[in-house]
Amino acid sequence: MAAAVVPKFVGTRVKRREDPRLISGNGTYVDDVKLPGMLSMVILRSPYGHAKINSINVEAARKIPGVVAVVTGEDLKGKLGSLTTAAPAEHIPYHPPLAQGRVRFVGEAVVAAIATDPYKAQDALDAVEIDYDPLPVISDPEKALEDGAPIIHEEFKTNISTRAQVASGDIDGAMRSADRVIKFRLVNQRLAPVPMEPRGAVAQWNQGSGQLTLWSSTQGPHLLRSYLAEILKLPENRMRVIAPEVGGGFGAKLNVYAEEVLAGYLAMTLKHPIKWVERRRENLATTTHGRDQIVYVEAPVKNDGTLLGLKAKFICDAGAYLQLLTPLIPGFSGMMMTGCYKVPAMAFEQLVVFTNKMAPDAYRGAGRPEACYIAERTMDMVALELNLDPAEVRRKNFIPKEAFPAQIPSGLVYDSGDYAAALDKALKIIDYPKLRAEQAEARKQGRYIGIGLCSYVEICGIGPSAMLPPTMKGGGWESATIRMEPDCKVTVLTGVSPHGQGQETSFAQMIADEFGIGIDDVTVLHGDTAIVQYGTGTFGSRGTSVGGAALMMATQKLQAKMKKIASTMMETPPDQIVFHQGTMALASDLSKSIPMQKVVDAAYGYKVPIPGVEPGLNESAFYEPTACTFPFGTHACVVEVDPDTGVVKFLRYVAVDDCGRVINPLLVEGQVHGGIAQGIAQALYEEVIYDENGQLLTATLMDYAVPKAEMLPHYELDSTVTPSPVNPLGIKGVGEAGTIGSTPCVVNAVHDALKPFGIKNLDMPLKPERIWRAIKSARKA
Amino acid sequence: MRVTMTINGQQRSDEVEDRMLLVHYLREVAQLTGTHVGCETSLCGACTVLMNGKAVKSCTVLAAQADGAQITTVEGLAKDGELHPVQEGFWEEHGLQCGFCTPGMLMLATDLLSRNPDPSEADIRHALDGNLCRCTGYQHIINAVQYAARKMRGDARKSA
Repeated sequence: MAAAVVPKFVGTRVKRREDPRLISGNGTYVDDVKLPGMLSMVILRSPYGHAKINSINVEAARKIPGVVAVVTGEDLKGKLGSLTTAAPAEHIPYHPPLAQGRVRFVGEAVVAAIATDPYKAQDALDAVEIDYDPLPVISDPEKALEDGAPIIHEEFKTNISTRAQVASGDIDGAMRSADRVIKFRLVNQRLAPVPMEPRGAVAQWNQGSGQLTLWSSTQGPHLLRSYLAEILKLPENRMRVIAPEVGGGFGAKLNVYAEEVLAGYLAMTLKHPIKWVERRRENLATTTHGRDQIVYVEAPVKNDGTLLGLKAKFICDAGAYLQLLTPLIPGFSGMMMTGCYKVPAMAFEQLVVFTNKMAPDAYRGAGRPEACYIAERTMDMVALELNLDPAEVRRKNFIPKEAFPAQIPSGLVYDSGDYAAALDKALKIIDYPKLRAEQAEARKQGRYIGIGLCSYVEICGIGPSAMLPPTMKGGGWESATIRMEPDCKVTVLTGVSPHGQGQETSFAQMIADEFGIGIDDVTVLHGDTAIVQYGTGTFGSRGTSVGGAALMMATQKLQAKMKKIASTMMETPPDQIVFHQGTMALASDLSKSIPMQKVVDAAYGYKVPIPGVEPGLNESAFYEPTACTFPFGTHACVVEVDPDTGVVKFLRYVAVDDCGRVINPLLVEGQVHGGIAQGIAQALYEEVIYDENGQLLTATLMDYAVPKAEMLPHYELDSTVTPSPVNPLGIKGVGEAGTIGSTPCVVNAVHDALKPFGIKNLDMPLKPERIWRAIKSARKA
Repeated sequence: MRVTMTINGQQRSDEVEDRMLLVHYLREVAQLTGTHVGCETSLCGACTVLMNGKAVKSCTVLAAQADGAQITTVEGLAKDGELHPVQEGFWEEHGLQCGFCTPGMLMLATDLLSRNPDPSEADIRHALDGNLCRCTGYQHIINAVQYAARKMRGDARKSA
């Protein structure tokens, strides 16, 4: 086998190739796309959580100068298919892009106005008259299950969309042989992903060629094309979807939305390009939400802290209509709820329930933050009830490192891990014993310091195609094409669709090392279905692991071909040739080499035929993961709670994460920082709130508290490195791990601080008022 | 009504609706799309530009209010092809991921450094009160601003 590549870029902090355009204001986001004759679409939305539409009067609206069209759901009846969900579910509601006869959540799209600019389109909407008859609202999923509850989709005669039940091992036996069963209720509250760039789409129809081009702020242009083509009744080979610069997604842009359908349809019918960009209020109301699970947990334990099993009943709020992955997300929560622990028995039951709200869907972690929350709050509950140290309870129950690959009760197989090492590292960094002593001292002085731990494991690198529902388009694989151009520069076409993750840089690092060329000699293209072969997109922390593996496969094919060509020129067997600093050289003597350019000239010029080798240098690969990967780690934080105000202050935040092999440590840090910020936000600040009338109370950034810099701590990062055996590059992935590990860490820290008050189970977000009231009650008692 | 202003050193004059926001004037009329719209309630700061040398949220300024003003946008930071230190700082320190909040952050940072040439981490966190980032968790942005501050203190070059 030829000598290995001498690494130069992989593993080093390389600044990003993406940045020059973004720091100069030269990135093109969807709202920057301008086309001749382009019209603006603005949407009028339901002000009611549940209502019958008696009539819609658009006559005055249509007459306003500059207004080209005003469209209702009735106008579209029979012309467009329903929006869809990829997941199998017992009850899937019909979901028209504009409401027909009924509205079922505040914000549901009712009327679309198209005008020469957005100001005039809004003028049109202001002139629309709608007569609604309000109907009873369900905004509590547990109430939705009660007898006599108003039914949101009458044809189903129930508010249950779907249900699941999984059991493994002898959970009843575990309950019987337990010294005690710890029971508690957890709420994983509804969140809004809030990417800084709201959603938007521009659709352009070419009447001559019969081709629709759609720019969309999306995480999966190929998937979007397939779904939209079906709804719009267009062949996929006459539809082009482009993801331009995308200003954040976090899962919320991995979907198929009503407005994308409307923009496409109206571009085709009005024969003008149509632009639609949502306002932030619309983003908070009608871009998919996240989480929203109520979980009843039962944990049978021995008095020494051994966890004998875990049982959970989930009530998952699905909103009024299912978006693309809504019913899929809770499955991850159930399957991963035993976390890092060698629990012999588990059982869960899940009900996915309709309410008069927007649909939740994938949001950073997508089901795994909920699972980790269950596991890690359980560990702290166990420690609290049995008066044991929370670090030791975890250690006692960890799956040991010798056990990997480790099958867990739900049937998943964890690839590799060393949970104790990550815990030990985190404890060492915070100097745990010293901290506990300081905490004890502080308590004597009436100061409430809390230490929080979270040992997490999560499932990502999505994934083997069979894990996706048969009803879902596409698979879990990823694609790559690598092309050596005639001038020795490399073009990479990747099927992943980064929106901040940095693959233009990390993939360039990989290729630069593989060929011994400069990073600037590699260009990575993505996000355009006319340029890039079918791909799956960016989500589930899969970009570098799955996308990178596809790229390596394609690269190996290209290198094999180039070695074959070189071997005819160097009269040496191909397997003794390596790439070295822009040359192709003898592995045994790097000074015996030919410039790579000569091999490239031979391939493109082909003036001398090469037997058994076609001209050109262009190879593609489609990588099907054999399994998912399982990043893990321990987060530890120290907080102080002010008992008079309930305010939580961070004293320290430490994260020890294991994402396997790292291509660019700078990018990994960025992902962990950003992930932690969103996880802390769930613990302390954010919550989507609907009142009992289904009114969205958190419709601006003043009410929905996305954290500002002063609300977040300084992060101290460290790592362990346990390569993944299931990914050819050893990469586990890291995009969501920070979010998963941080939420329980902070919640555990606050509860640890409040331990002297006997406060055991407060729900997130742990806002000052909530903490203050709990302390007040405790002090009274 | 007619508005006249100097944007990145170039004067322009246009007929606009009275109600036109400065951010839309910059993006749609002056064709400078580097300044972004992230919300409609002046919370997020993506639209931050400099008006007469001070940071303002251009979504909350009418074009009419900017009549006669000097406006600097992200497109006006680099001089003769050379990056402004704040741009260099954000590049060196990975102060951006998706890039959407970045123009606003760059303008805010420029404003901060014109008032405080040696800001601490706490100073920077406080100054970022009006600018949201969802990707970075802010730590690399702080590093970026401190990089720029060091460069500007050691560099004779004038800031924007």
